[in-house]
Amino acid sequence: MTGAVPGVMPSYEPTGNVILGADHVARQFTTPDGRPLPVLDDVSLQLHEGEIVALLGKSGSGKSTLLRCIAGLIAPTTGTVSYRGTPINGANPGVAMVFQSFALLPWLTVQANTEVGLQALGVPPAESRKRALAMIDLIGLDGFEQAYPRELSGGMRQRVGFARALVVQPDALLMDEPFSALDVLTAENLRTELLNLWGGRDFPTKAILIVTHNIEEAVQMADRIFVLSSSPGRFKAEIHCELPRPRDRRAPEFEALVDQIYGIMTEQVTPKAGQQTTVVEPGLASPTEHPLPHVSVGGLAGLLEILSSRGGRDDLPELGRRLTFEVDDLLPIVDAAEMLHFAEVADADIELTPEGQAFVDADILASKELFAAAAAERAPLVRAIVRALETTTDRTLSERFFLDLLQRAFSEEEARAQLDIAINWGRYGELFDYRADDGELILTSPDDDTAN
Amino acid sequence: MEDFSPMASTRSFPTRGALRRPRFSPVDIVVFAAIAVVLFGILRLAHAMNSSSATAHVAVISTRPGELPYYALRSLLRMFIAFFLSVAFTFVYATAAARSRRARVVLIPVLDILQSVPVLGFLAITITFFIALFPGSELGLECASIFAIFTSMAWNMTFSMYHSLVTQPEELDEAARMFRLTKWERFWRLDVPSSMIGLVWNGMMSFGGGWFFLAASEAISVGDKHYTLPGIGSYVQAGVDKGDMGEVGIAIVVMVIMVVGVNVLFWRPLVAYSEKFRVETSEAAEQPKSHVLSLLRQSRVPGYIARPLRPVARGLDRATRPFGLAEYPLRTPRRKRTAGDVVFAGATGAVILWGIYRGAVYFDHTAGYGQFTRCLGLGFLTFLRVAVVVLVSTVVWVPVGAKIGMSPRLSRYAQPVVQVLASFPAILLFPFAIVIFLDLGISLDYGGVLLMALGAQWYILFNVIAGASAIPTELREMAEEFRFPWKQKWRELILPGIFPYYVTGGITAAGGAWNASIVAEIATYGRHHLAASGLGSYIAQATTRGDFADVLTGIIVMSFYVVVVNRLLWRPLYHLAETRYSL
Repeated sequence: MTGAVPGVMPSYEPTGNVILGADHVARQFTTPDGRPLPVLDDVSLQLHEGEIVALLGKSGSGKSTLLRCIAGLIAPTTGTVSYRGTPINGANPGVAMVFQSFALLPWLTVQANTEVGLQALGVPPAESRKRALAMIDLIGLDGFEQAYPRELSGGMRQRVGFARALVVQPDALLMDEPFSALDVLTAENLRTELLNLWGGRDFPTKAILIVTHNIEEAVQMADRIFVLSSSPGRFKAEIHCELPRPRDRRAPEFEALVDQIYGIMTEQVTPKAGQQTTVVEPGLASPTEHPLPHVSVGGLAGLLEILSSRGGRDDLPELGRRLTFEVDDLLPIVDAAEMLHFAEVADADIELTPEGQAFVDADILASKELFAAAAAERAPLVRAIVRALETTTDRTLSERFFLDLLQRAFSEEEARAQLDIAINWGRYGELFDYRADDGELILTSPDDDTAN
Repeated sequence: MEDFSPMASTRSFPTRGALRRPRFSPVDIVVFAAIAVVLFGILRLAHAMNSSSATAHVAVISTRPGELPYYALRSLLRMFIAFFLSVAFTFVYATAAARSRRARVVLIPVLDILQSVPVLGFLAITITFFIALFPGSELGLECASIFAIFTSMAWNMTFSMYHSLVTQPEELDEAARMFRLTKWERFWRLDVPSSMIGLVWNGMMSFGGGWFFLAASEAISVGDKHYTLPGIGSYVQAGVDKGDMGEVGIAIVVMVIMVVGVNVLFWRPLVAYSEKFRVETSEAAEQPKSHVLSLLRQSRVPGYIARPLRPVARGLDRATRPFGLAEYPLRTPRRKRTAGDVVFAGATGAVILWGIYRGAVYFDHTAGYGQFTRCLGLGFLTFLRVAVVVLVSTVVWVPVGAKIGMSPRLSRYAQPVVQVLASFPAILLFPFAIVIFLDLGISLDYGGVLLMALGAQWYILFNVIAGASAIPTELREMAEEFRFPWKQKWRELILPGIFPYYVTGGITAAGGAWNASIVAEIATYGRHHLAASGLGSYIAQATTRGDFADVLTGIIVMSFYVVVVNRLLWRPLYHLAETRYSL
């Protein structure tokens, strides 16, 4: 399970006892059709005392699902989760969790919210009050004890989330994208304060597991970074980071590590151990093998224009930083550009292809035609829709037809999302139209000027 | 999440989502049969317990106005006991339905069909049961009346709480499980507060509807016995019997004072207080205000009351620990689950079939199946009356309601007024209407429509006001700027905008009209007896005769009509409203 990449970091084995262990955890769910769809596929992970581990992945990598399996909130389909060696069958007794959207009870004050976990443990009221006030002080909310969550800003609400989790003195702290609902400055502030606490004496927790889609956050905080691939979530790589804290974002080692991770995450699909990679011709890929990235045409066009203004080539991490885009925002657009052959990615660098340059330079009508040609040939679902519509006599088909096909491999929502993206692309390229009232897809004939 | 209407003080009744039902499934038929069997069972039980010597202590109602305050208090007490029973029922039932997958399959259809059974029909059956339970005292009558009021309040509140529990924000549920709250702690710290807003609002409106059934259940004739309870409803009935309309008038004034008083002193402060439990993290655009609540908050009294209660709460926390965490084991062995399901289904199925068999035998011996066909025909006449009530109310009140709703100032004053109108038991006004009918020679076949409308029409007005006030201002401004002609404005903006709320109001109004038909299709004034041909009068007359087989037949057919019309008409409209027309 050690994927130590040669030439960057020396081998690093974490010391300390194992607090949490996930052993060959897999999670499936069944489509409306009855087929099993994997969300997580054979992931194993161990959290030792004294370390911070980051789970990094794009959306669809199952990282939040994995975290919830470890927290004991959902059950893995196969595999076990253990706390200090004992398998759990219910909420994990040794952890506390901090949520992305804070999960505070709106009808309780800051102090009452902080005491929730203590009261559930049966701590007597006097001691519970004392511990809660001490933690509120430590976390920087002194003076706000009687405030209600709706009176607080996002950053302060998350501080309450931290106070509530830490006051029960958990063995391990689990964090589910804790800073992604906050603005950049507040997030940076909280991150730094958390790391200060971690380095200090008063910190009761022995290990932290953080889920994030922000590569720089992972590198700044973690000792080990666990990268998951998408759909289904599989182990892709494990990176170790031994830089001393506090870590400087501008340091060359920091940037090198970020680059390396960008490179890993923009690679093509990771095969299962032992399987051979087969390169699938874009012309032959099915809509379910190569799903459409969740990107609108506008977003794609915007990225290509930015690239063009930079001279046709840019460094991905640098691009992300400048746009303040995180991996979840940037990589889908990059995927779409690659799919349509408008850009190429190599070694965390992105470069416009001649077709991409032509798309950027064209006026609106010509660019629509270029886009239509590219999508009809290289975007599998759009190609499938156009071909199917061409074969029917009245050039219309119900959306149900495609949804049923998509639901064989995707969940109901994802199938709907895929179709919506295809409709967005098809409408932009004037390949076909969609009538929401009766759910009909209609092929546009070449001399069709007005929509029906 | 709770409803997203921008103005917190103008909500629909019932609240959004409380009318959502799963699609029709065979379970509904089974449940319908089961409830019919249960009603039949109660009837037989009552007969078995009944002996000719068992009588209830019947109060003698004096019509001196000086007795009115005492009667008013008795009525009020009945209402509140029924309300607290409803709350307790809601807590238990909604939690069970929301938490247990197996229970939900049965519990929700049961609730839905119970909601379709006419409340006063319940009364006719249960009154003999309760009297037999407490022979010789007034307690049986009180229980029957309280039970009738309870059945008018409980179902809406339960659906509202069920909907709140099922749409609870997932992260709050995860936090509660992760911090290992016990079942008791989770219920009081998370479940009840997150359902509070819906509970209070639906409770307030259901309580208002309960006044009607209070008045109707305080004086009732079953067989050759005439039962009365001390209360305002029976006071009015006594006055009508004597022909003294002046006393009836005084009683009505006292009723109005009571309805408004309970509203201002109890419900408005509760609604304002429940704003504390809003799950959206920003403040609502318009906070409902209550002077009573502000007074209470400024005084020290709540503090004095709370201080001795805190250790009690902590003691309960500790005492309920052994009941376990608010958790469910993530893995249950698959075989155990299906075995339990099979046993459960088998046992209930067997009981229901046996009950149907016994019921069929009973009907064969007593009323005969011909009564069912007769009831179906009469039910159609009543259905026509209900349809007229809904249609005329729509034509009259939708324009008015839309106009009021689009003016924030008007709607702030109008909604409380309409709420009182909807709460006031229209049955107290029936004597006046009947006098007019007798004078003008109007048959109750047509006059009954007016009587049914007196109570039911306000729900359409109330909900349309709420819907119009929920139309986003920017859409209205857009219509202004583009100078929509009024026809277009109505067709493309207002009617689609209020459609979901209208459907909610229509369902409620129709339900109210069906319920009212039992007391609106038959009337006695002095020596005059008026009767319309319809299912309501059939049930009422069967009750007076003491002919319980007929009563049961009538109730089953009326429930059948309500359920069928709901499934065929209202639910698809509601589904259309929620998908195509929701903003």
